[in-house]
Amino acid sequence: MSKGALSEQVCREIDHWVAKFPKGRQRSAVISALQAVQHENQGFLTQDLMDAVAEHLDLPPIQVYEVATFYSMFETDPVGRHCISVCTNISCMLCGSTEIVAYLEKKLDVKLGESTEDGKFYLKQEEECLAACCGAPMMMVNHDYHENLTPQKIDEILEELD
Amino acid sequence: MSDKTVTIEINGMPVDATAGQMLIEVTDREDAYVPRFCYHKKLSVAANCRMCLVEVENAPKPLPACATPVMEGMKVFTHSNAAIEAQKATMEFLLINHPLDCPICDQGGECELQDLAMGFGRNVSRYTERKRVVKDKNLGSLVSTDMTRCIHCTRCVRFGQEVAGIQELGTTGRSEDMEIGTYIERSVDHELSGNIIDLCPVGALNDKPYRYSARAWEMLAKPLVSPHDCAGSNLFGHVLRGRLKRIVPRDNESINETWIADRDRFSYEGIYADDRLTAPMLKVKGDWLEVSWSRAISEARDVLRTSVGDDGNRLGVLVSPSSTVEEMYLLNRITRHIGSNNIDHRLRMRDFRDQDADPVWPALGMPIAALEELDGVLIVGSNLRREVPIVAHRIRKAAIQGASVGFVNPSAYEYHFPCAAYVEAPVQLLSQSLASVLVAAIEMDGGKASEAVRLGIDIAGINESHRAAAQVLLGKKQALLLLGQITLRHPRFADVRAIAAALCEVTGAKLGYLPEGANAAGGALSGVLPHRGPGGQVARTVGLNASEMLTDPRQAYLLYGLEPEHDFSNATLVTQALTAADTVVCFSSYMTDALLEYADVLLPIATFAETAGTFINVEGVWQSFDAAAKVLGNAREGWRVLRVLGNELDLPACEYRTTADICDALAAELGNQDLDTSYKGRFKPTLEEADIDILALDVPMYAIDAIVRRGSALQETAAARESKSI
Ligand code: SF4
Ligand code: FES
Ligand code: FES
Repeated sequence: MSKGALSEQVCREIDHWVAKFPKGRQRSAVISALQAVQHENQGFLTQDLMDAVAEHLDLPPIQVYEVATFYSMFETDPVGRHCISVCTNISCMLCGSTEIVAYLEKKLDVKLGESTEDGKFYLKQEEECLAACCGAPMMMVNHDYHENLTPQKIDEILEELD
Repeated sequence: MSDKTVTIEINGMPVDATAGQMLIEVTDREDAYVPRFCYHKKLSVAANCRMCLVEVENAPKPLPACATPVMEGMKVFTHSNAAIEAQKATMEFLLINHPLDCPICDQGGECELQDLAMGFGRNVSRYTERKRVVKDKNLGSLVSTDMTRCIHCTRCVRFGQEVAGIQELGTTGRSEDMEIGTYIERSVDHELSGNIIDLCPVGALNDKPYRYSARAWEMLAKPLVSPHDCAGSNLFGHVLRGRLKRIVPRDNESINETWIADRDRFSYEGIYADDRLTAPMLKVKGDWLEVSWSRAISEARDVLRTSVGDDGNRLGVLVSPSSTVEEMYLLNRITRHIGSNNIDHRLRMRDFRDQDADPVWPALGMPIAALEELDGVLIVGSNLRREVPIVAHRIRKAAIQGASVGFVNPSAYEYHFPCAAYVEAPVQLLSQSLASVLVAAIEMDGGKASEAVRLGIDIAGINESHRAAAQVLLGKKQALLLLGQITLRHPRFADVRAIAAALCEVTGAKLGYLPEGANAAGGALSGVLPHRGPGGQVARTVGLNASEMLTDPRQAYLLYGLEPEHDFSNATLVTQALTAADTVVCFSSYMTDALLEYADVLLPIATFAETAGTFINVEGVWQSFDAAAKVLGNAREGWRVLRVLGNELDLPACEYRTTADICDALAAELGNQDLDTSYKGRFKPTLEEADIDILALDVPMYAIDAIVRRGSALQETAAARESKSI
């Protein structure tokens, strides 16, 4: 894949991160690079994009695939435009996240980890505590936190999105 | 790491250790067994399997021996209850997802997991849940995968990063979903990649061609030496009822460490190729007949005698550079006895003008292990990784430790280490390019070089790359200028070498060679040369070299271990010469259409694994081995056939009973060898352009000799397919 797959903007952002690490340690910038690339590509990565990152950072492609598949914040398959992550870790679970997930699954007619057919929503499987236990149950929608969820509140939040 | 010595106690025994050393190195040295999966002495410490947990006094919990540096006064217990309990617990976890399919696993019987499960496992599993299943990966024709068996030790991943220098395998996914693989389907292509088979402690990565063909405990391990390149890697051949089933490395720190090239591991398939010649054959009135050995040999004697008559010069003897010392020495004796000096093993060389200045044997000029200590290496005309992978590996190690490594090459072959200089030297202009480096070096050295060293060369157009290449050698404590096979096969080799020697004089570097074949050193030392007898004695009459024997065809030829149309610089010429000859006697392991066409007698000989013999490697080490496998069919060990032929030809003192007898005879002739292999010639180079194409000079890695060409798994690799498509 040619470098061409990365926009100039993204390349600049990657180089900004590379500059923060000692010379020859550009591998450390893989996470930030992938974040920038994923952000620009509607929330998911493709093999071409990962290869382009590898080439830009002069790394064997597998080292980029490793990072992309390890972190749950990276998607290596196409997903819906709006990413909904419901926290299911201990505090949220005790405060009813199971019902929240069930409600969302029913409302969107998808299972956890799937996207709606129209490509609008992606109901992400979250792995870890999202660090807002005091407002449990909570979810993150496109990086915004929403706490003390109820079905009604969820309806309102989703309504707002286009 | 400091060199401070500390005293620690292992199981109550006080022992000395170097501060900062990992505990497992000390327990290994003291023979206090600590189980392990991820630790490997040649790889970095990952400490991810936790199998090596040991008890350390005052530590709150067991510590991994592979990642715990020793400290003064440390008290370690490798077999205490706490240690054993921790090891058992780890083992139980490791087995949770392991399929326990040992009965159908090739690793069974030589599996580290199986062994440790015997020692540290429970005999009944407490785990009743479902086990995970991992899809197998297709890594190409050499390595088979059963990824469900993987225990994620990451040895294979670290091998790619640290030894091969290119990471092909990685860990994708996390926790339960973690897998070892390439993510997108692709093969592992590095020329040392087969070593991950040995590194994998379980049956996840295995030898693909060998798959399901034998059990580890049924086979005998017989020591062998690699027949494909001048490093002389040490091998074990695993033999079942006389048949070679597979090849694995035999540790030798001073040569191949624990690695071998894929070529050494997988070429054995060629031994059992369909076109093996298994019976002596004779051409009688145009028809081929299988005959007895005695008839074949006496016929060989007769045809040689008739066609040579009393003029030995009518005979040409062409010998594979991978023949054993014993075979070569006998061939040398027989040829001279017949009265011919036309004998040579330098089949792909083109330029013999300066052969009198050749060293006694084409030498590296230093031990292979010492390559790591160099601080400057300039490689001239070599596709190094493909020519001698083990040497390339040592040079990579030197480069990583900070040595400057540069190339003067027709193409920027891929090297996975920092390259300090690259002079792009089109093959036609190899001598000019190197001369430019010489001029740059003289200039940078302050221009004090003598007239003789200047060689009368005057070149304009010196650029940065030439200066960088000169810099690789200048002012270094230990530098080497290495002439690779592209240079050795070059039509202007003499010019290139004379310039290289001058460059060595200016910079103080040593001059080394990487000749082809497993035994070019043996060929030179045993007198398989037209201008020299054993040990470099100057021949009274200089015979014809490999190339002249073809341009000036002989009436009779004796071919030893060759496929002429593949093993010479000029296939057309060799075919013409052999077709026109009266008599062609072939010692060969294979029966090819071409041989049937022009040969008169075919004598089937054993391959490298079926004969006893000796190879002398590029650093001059004599390595003898016994026959590992049974010779196929009615073929015979070459040295035995030659001895009988010698007897038939009334060669005096040819009563050798073992290969050792022959080696002794040669050693007696050699006496005390002058091991100085530096260049002392006075050849005056000219900078003429050579009329040659790189494809003619760079013989592909898996086309180098008859056995490799028949290794079917090797022929399916990306490297082989790529070279065939050109
Ligand atoms: S495949 Fe083998 S060597 Fe590689 S991580 Fe798995 S067990 Fe270790
Ligand atoms: S458990 Fe949900 S935010 Fe911490
Ligand atoms: S051998 Fe020490 S953790 Fe694996």
